[in-house]
Amino acid sequence: MLVTVECILARHGYRRSDLIAMLQEIQEAYHYLPEEALNYLATALDISPATVFGVATFYAQFSLDPKGKYLVRVCDGTACHVKNSRRIYDRLAKKLKLREGRVTTADGLFTLETVACLGACGIAPVMVINDTVYPQMTPEAAEAIIDGLMQRQAEPGPESAPVGERNG
Amino acid sequence: MIATELELKQAQKEYSSCLARERVRILVCAGTGCIANGAMRIYEELARLAAASGDLVDIDLLLEDEAREGNAVVKTGCRGLCAAGPLVHVEPAGVLYTHVKPEDAAEILQATLDGRVVERLVYRDPASGQPYPRPEAAPFYRRQRRQVLERCGAIDPERIEEYIALGGYQPLAKALREMTPEQVCQEVLASGLRGRGGAGFPTGKKWEFARLQPGEAKYVVCNGDEGDPGAFMNRSLMEGDPHRVLEGMIIAGYAIGASQGVFYIRAEYPLAVRRIRTAIAQAEEKGLLGDNILGSGFSFRASVKEGAGAFVCGEETALLASAEGGRGMPRPKPPFPAVSGLYSCPTVINNVETLGNVAAIIQNGAQWFRNLGTEKSAGTKTFALTGKVRNTGLVEVPMGCTLREMVFDIGGGTPGDKRLKAVQIGGPSGGCLPEAMLDLPLDYDTLQAKGAMVGSGGLVVIDEDNCIVEVARFFMQFIQNESCGKCVACREGTKQMLALLQKIVDGKATIEDLDLLEEVALVVRDASLCGLGKTAANPVLSTLRYFREEYLAHVEGRTCPAGVCAAFRHYAIDPDKCKGCGRCARACPAGAITGELKKPYAIDQSKCAHCGACMDTCRFGAVEER
Repeated sequence: MLVTVECILARHGYRRSDLIAMLQEIQEAYHYLPEEALNYLATALDISPATVFGVATFYAQFSLDPKGKYLVRVCDGTACHVKNSRRIYDRLAKKLKLREGRVTTADGLFTLETVACLGACGIAPVMVINDTVYPQMTPEAAEAIIDGLMQRQAEPGPESAPVGERNG
Repeated sequence: MIATELELKQAQKEYSSCLARERVRILVCAGTGCIANGAMRIYEELARLAAASGDLVDIDLLLEDEAREGNAVVKTGCRGLCAAGPLVHVEPAGVLYTHVKPEDAAEILQATLDGRVVERLVYRDPASGQPYPRPEAAPFYRRQRRQVLERCGAIDPERIEEYIALGGYQPLAKALREMTPEQVCQEVLASGLRGRGGAGFPTGKKWEFARLQPGEAKYVVCNGDEGDPGAFMNRSLMEGDPHRVLEGMIIAGYAIGASQGVFYIRAEYPLAVRRIRTAIAQAEEKGLLGDNILGSGFSFRASVKEGAGAFVCGEETALLASAEGGRGMPRPKPPFPAVSGLYSCPTVINNVETLGNVAAIIQNGAQWFRNLGTEKSAGTKTFALTGKVRNTGLVEVPMGCTLREMVFDIGGGTPGDKRLKAVQIGGPSGGCLPEAMLDLPLDYDTLQAKGAMVGSGGLVVIDEDNCIVEVARFFMQFIQNESCGKCVACREGTKQMLALLQKIVDGKATIEDLDLLEEVALVVRDASLCGLGKTAANPVLSTLRYFREEYLAHVEGRTCPAGVCAAFRHYAIDPDKCKGCGRCARACPAGAITGELKKPYAIDQSKCAHCGACMDTCRFGAVEER
């Protein structure tokens, strides 16, 4: 792990002003921010671990806990909200059997979150799974997509990205 | 490399001759919205078919061979009509196709080559159903004035050649050749351009202030942290015409004497980040960024910093803290960023759209810009029109356009003939305006006087099915989540306001709570440190001001007129329809339903949690909502 972190540090020339970019790259590599990596970062940049943790916990994008293989984000921005995005979230939370406070399924497959706005309001309500944007969702359609992913997981065979369009 | 102004002129000639040799040009919208609807597959299919016909060209092929002609398939930025996507626009015929599927590609290509129109895919106005093959005649586009967005949807945002072909970077050349930095500041000041991020501060004044600061190192920062939920104008502009924003930034750098520019873009916009990065790399390659730009002696470089998900970073001092790699927390002003900004150097922070206006002002002059819009709010403004409206999407209108024109003429009104209840403008910092105020002109000062703000331009239409108290609660929840916690008024005040609003929607509030809510809101407005806190109360204050009766209905009438708030929903079992199966009693999480098998069951209202589970499970439609 530390080799990866060291590479990231070197690529950014050990610049403290690049701390957020480095944390993003670490999260990209591990799907969360491991404590060991944060401590290493602090030592290498000669700042306190508290400073690094302070930044890591300030921003919504970072997670100190491992996330699921599929990061499901239901947009709850204004445009999606007035088109009942909350019902989509509630349906998926029920489907994934997520009890109060938990966001990741026990098998580590799905993490369910809301996101403030993805700027895709013209096609509200929106759901995003990893990098794939699903437009004009309903609770039923969202559930069907999750079903598809669960089914794919159960089948042996090559790994592939979720169905739909990659964004970007 | 383009090293001089003459070479830029030659490059423009060369590139525009390339575009002129495209016999047909098929433009596929590749904005975030259309990509989500499958635009990339349509693009690939069109390109594959055009290649199979042997006549597919792109700008590289046309540059290589001056005699070559052919058909081009191009990915563009947003054309605005996101809800009708994926969009395909065909030139030179000027026809717009909507809801296109990959299997339509062959038909579109063939019809285009034959000079025909595919009638079934032509854009139809959703309000009247009337087809508009040429979209500029349709109500959605007719009333717009696409100025900042003029090239958005017309060019490939990932090809600097197309931008240059249409006159791009000529304004920069003009500024460097004809104008001193002071004159650039004066021209922008005279144009009346005001900050498009929401506050509306005169841009020329900001620049002049930074220009006069001593210091070798200065910065221009582009604020692309469009965090308002319900707004996507800046994303669309960065995705659709990134060079326009970059050119504005370089001119700003020249005006204030900066040699470095930073784009701060929210990480939720991966495509915008990528396109701006591409634009920077291409401008460097062409010599339009770097040392001694166009032989003027002026040097400028630009880079991108990604945000990490914090709404408060749209506030300029918080943005600077974040760009330096720290927690994005605001600090008191003064010192203003123009004096001490990024890395304590004089810094100008401009919104994406503000920078997007600069090149045209330099090119056409201040008076031209003043002629657009109103006396105190010059120019045009982009808006994201969303919510309960037929034509959702990206629009641009002259300042001073009324909300009614926006919602009914451009937006086509509310779908399903529902009654419009309110227009929420300016995001969590803005306010809700009632139907009676739709004739207000959209400009900075008018809206501020009415307790709302233009904001960055989010415009969410709310209809009778939405509960205004619940909308206020939604915004407060957002603000409370995003409050950075530095100052007490905002940190604690938003928490208390949220608790009071929750109490109202839960049906537990008293009339005194309304007064308390108003009191807390005023304290938060007056005592908070930064713009987030100062405006956090706007959704509450504006809804209390214009929709007080809906609050009173919740508090005194014990009812939610929109039927949204679960606490006021009453469920009852119709004994005539109930077969006594007991499914509802088993489904009820509160244990509120009792009865004997094969006899009608009943709900104990004192125990009912208003969840609706009984209604969902009943097979006989015996559970009614009242």
